[in-house]
Amino acid sequence: MNIPIRRFDTLILGAGGGGLRAALQLARADAHVAVVSKVFPTRSHTVAAQGGVNAALANVTPDNWHWHMYDTVKGGDYLGDQDAIEYMCRAAGHLVYELEHAGVPFSRLDSGKIYQRPFGGQSRDFGGAQATRTCAAADRTGHAILHTLYQQNIRARTNFFDEYFAVDFICDDEGTVLGALTMDIATGELLVIEAKTILIATGGCGQLYRTTTNAHINTGDGMGMALRAGIPLQDMEFFQFHPTGVAGKGMLITEGARGEGGYLVNKDGERFMERYAPNVKDLASRDVVSRAISIEVREGRGCGPNADHVMLKLDNLGSDIVAKRLPGIRDTCKTFMHLDPVDTPIPVFPTAHYVMGGIPTDRQGRVVRPSGNAPEEVIPGLYAAGECACVSVHGANRLGGNSLLDILVFGRAAANDILGFLKNNRYHRPSNQDYIDKAYERFARWEKTGDGESVHSIRSDLKKAMEDHCGVFRTEKIMREGVEAIKVIRARIPDVRLQDQSKVFNTARVEALELENLADVAIATMRSAEARQESRGAHSRIDYPDRDDVRWMKHSLYSLEDDSLDYKPVRTKPMSVETFPPKKRVY
Amino acid sequence: MRFKIHRYNPDVDEKPYMQDFVLEHVKPGMMLREALIELKNQDETLTFRHSCGEGVCGSDGMNINGLNGLACITPIETLTEPVEIRPFPGVPIIRDLVVDMSGFYKQYHSVKPFLIRYDPEPEVENLQSPEERDKLDGLYECILCGCCSTACPSFWWNPDKFPGPAALLQSWRFLADSRDQAMEERLDGLDGPYKLFRCHTIMNCAYVCPKGLNPTKAIGHIKALMLKHSV
Repeated sequence: MNIPIRRFDTLILGAGGGGLRAALQLARADAHVAVVSKVFPTRSHTVAAQGGVNAALANVTPDNWHWHMYDTVKGGDYLGDQDAIEYMCRAAGHLVYELEHAGVPFSRLDSGKIYQRPFGGQSRDFGGAQATRTCAAADRTGHAILHTLYQQNIRARTNFFDEYFAVDFICDDEGTVLGALTMDIATGELLVIEAKTILIATGGCGQLYRTTTNAHINTGDGMGMALRAGIPLQDMEFFQFHPTGVAGKGMLITEGARGEGGYLVNKDGERFMERYAPNVKDLASRDVVSRAISIEVREGRGCGPNADHVMLKLDNLGSDIVAKRLPGIRDTCKTFMHLDPVDTPIPVFPTAHYVMGGIPTDRQGRVVRPSGNAPEEVIPGLYAAGECACVSVHGANRLGGNSLLDILVFGRAAANDILGFLKNNRYHRPSNQDYIDKAYERFARWEKTGDGESVHSIRSDLKKAMEDHCGVFRTEKIMREGVEAIKVIRARIPDVRLQDQSKVFNTARVEALELENLADVAIATMRSAEARQESRGAHSRIDYPDRDDVRWMKHSLYSLEDDSLDYKPVRTKPMSVETFPPKKRVY
Repeated sequence: MRFKIHRYNPDVDEKPYMQDFVLEHVKPGMMLREALIELKNQDETLTFRHSCGEGVCGSDGMNINGLNGLACITPIETLTEPVEIRPFPGVPIIRDLVVDMSGFYKQYHSVKPFLIRYDPEPEVENLQSPEERDKLDGLYECILCGCCSTACPSFWWNPDKFPGPAALLQSWRFLADSRDQAMEERLDGLDGPYKLFRCHTIMNCAYVCPKGLNPTKAIGHIKALMLKHSV
């Protein structure tokens, strides 16, 4: 198979906020960058982020990065790496200012400064009064940031490969990643892109679940590619369920709705969060609020004819605030539920939203894996940032407003490290045809014709299995069955045949390749979840209701090739401040 | 529910044709995107772009019963049968409902859709009053779906010369931004018979915009500014 080859200094997979922030840094430094994205950049899922990005600017209430750091460590239930968290929180202010300079249309305070709103899990003075830390452009902050980053990349003349799908990495015998096999979706033509450095910024895998806030494209492609290249995935058992997805449909209703003063009620009209989080009520961490809603519904206090959801009330805000601060979710409510949140409550239920786990990296964005006695050996030239990566700044539960921050901070950090790497490594590593052929095998397998199962039937079984066996509450039995179910589903994939064998814009083939990625990420998630015998952050076990810092304050690492789990310690030592030791987590 | 959907695969079809589809189970509140996904489950060769499902990514623009719109926020109960679905008019077709948007993007790029400042950056944010920021509402929300430009007769006739409503809306988004310092070069770039003044206020753009934006009005603002600037 003779596939054309192009060479760049850096290959970036994914054109969401992480990929574009990195591309901007690199293009401005005159590195030769290729950004590969399976969709046009502004279709990337960063566009759907609503509420805002956290930075202790103190525009509304007193604030500093150290308080932000404490909240993030606590929010992550003490599983986050404190060096990376310190790094992120210290960088936050500068990065938000930089975005403003780049043109992001942030909402404004009367002072002319960037508007900030309160969000869940934010406090002043290490657990004191509510902080106001989330910088927002109405409730379209992700859209505003993604478009601005794309616009600045146009200006910087970044090379985009729009609607190219990355199939697999091309690796050498040592497991070093040399490039990727990609396909131009419009023509079906293959292209090998070799690069001295590669950044994986492919986003999350919310399509693992049936009801999800995530887009159709969030299929864990980079994570699947990493697994198959022999790189483990870290902390995959920690999957965040957003408390306020539209019940039964999944559209996101931003946490900013509660930040602006909205609140949750059960069928009795009771503000039940007062029982679960007496101090901060509706602005507790997302895992806490999602569990509370699930318990309300399970104990028969749900709303609606099937008592299967709770209500989010915004009628106390007044139409001005809703129109000014939450116009996007108002549109969503009108379009999908024919209701106006100004006077009618919104039916909501916890909905699959965000994976805290991912490709293990250090705080420079370098991908690390265990090797011999070293738990974190750097893979030279390979980087990951954003939702596909696990730095880990979110630990066992991400705070709202920290994911837009994560992509900016670590997109930039990775780009800065890449620039250093390029200085010291001026030539491409030698590649050969055998490496390319190996990547090609996976692609070619889909050209088999004949009768077989459809991608669609397997995908829907997979999502159902994940929803049934890896949801908000988990037990040994449910998860053991889940592992078996996922294994059975994975085993069916070789029998799938595509009816569409066209080369031109073949979305059936893209969905088949995505299904393989999802299935690999599903087994990593299910196996990691089954093994962790404690409740921490988003991983809640009915049979192990407490956090167990003695046995389980450690990161999971799942490897696909031998279906095995390994563990590594949490980095509890920050860069310059004192460690936040684990404490009982109350809100 | 009955559908007639534009099909064309240059690999196998000599020319485009309309194919009949029937959707047996119409769920209450179902959007067109979900219906198309169901139809694709019946026939996986049916090809269209889509992603977020809530009208923010701008992937699934298409021509629905003669009007451009986003499939994901078009309730099928509002549509008369058989529902005719075609690709955007006036742009090259790649396959079925997928069109080549590169000309549209090129025009977007041509208006320098990015904030330009010449002053040194402060160490904190540039200040902007809430009133100044309000001027960007109705402009920055554009999702680049292309519904407007591919509904614009002026864009159909001169897709290579006329920037089209989406690009001009973005041009005004930066002209209207109190932080931007490139008014002169932006206006100079829009000078000439095929730029601003190819808009004949037909207003198809505002009529079809799924986000409720009004490019014609924005173009009017630029015209007024240009006039003021030239005297």
